[in-house]
Amino acid sequence: MTYTVLAVLGVLGAAAVDQLVLRTNLLRRKAFWTAYAIVLFFQVIVNGVLTGLPIVRYNPHAIIGLRFVYAPIEDVLFGFTMVLVTLASWVWLGARAARRAR
Amino acid sequence: MGHLVYLALLAGCLIGTAPLEVLLHTRVYARWRRLVLALLPTLIVFTLWDLYAIQQGQWRYERRWITGVVLPGRLPLEELVFFVVIPICAILTLEAVRRRRPQWAIGDEAASSGESRDARPGPADRKETRQ
Repeated sequence: MTYTVLAVLGVLGAAAVDQLVLRTNLLRRKAFWTAYAIVLFFQVIVNGVLTGLPIVRYNPHAIIGLRFVYAPIEDVLFGFTMVLVTLASWVWLGARAARRAR
Repeated sequence: MGHLVYLALLAGCLIGTAPLEVLLHTRVYARWRRLVLALLPTLIVFTLWDLYAIQQGQWRYERRWITGVVLPGRLPLEELVFFVVIPICAILTLEAVRRRRPQWAIGDEAASSGESRDARPGPADRKETRQ
């Protein structure tokens, strides 16, 4: 599978984790989208360095070819997947602890 | 010095977000057990993704900018650090948003505040407490 396909599957998988598996429902929360917007801003900078120097080089056959601040557009989906999976795990653990504390 | 560039970039991310813990009292590092557990799924899934991409030749790392410490599967050490550092930054950011906008529910409120516990536990909650 190309990076493009995997990146799209990543987003769908992360959304499924949030909505169906852990049921953290972050995708419907203002706090999540605000945090994501902040992370995305810094991701563009850090990823710009990573892909601009470049520290990481992509096989042109694995990506669609669209780039934003040096980075392939797939990196945005990769980053979103990472943030959503992480925050869903964090919030799920917190919610579980809250239920147990009652 | 060039070999330390990738690591330095990641160190910069940790240093840049550290004030959130100190000034906004995000209590992310303070709740380190929850932090470690929250990082694990991401670390595992993204390490596997990275290994697959390297093996498939989808991306490769420029030797000039990395330490050269390589893990099995040709995975640079920096990538493992990346999969820990960036999630920490994301969690710090979410907790910072919570600090600045406490009225925005996140879904785990009783645990994070440590005080506003629901006084009306339902049957399902009691069942889970016993587990």
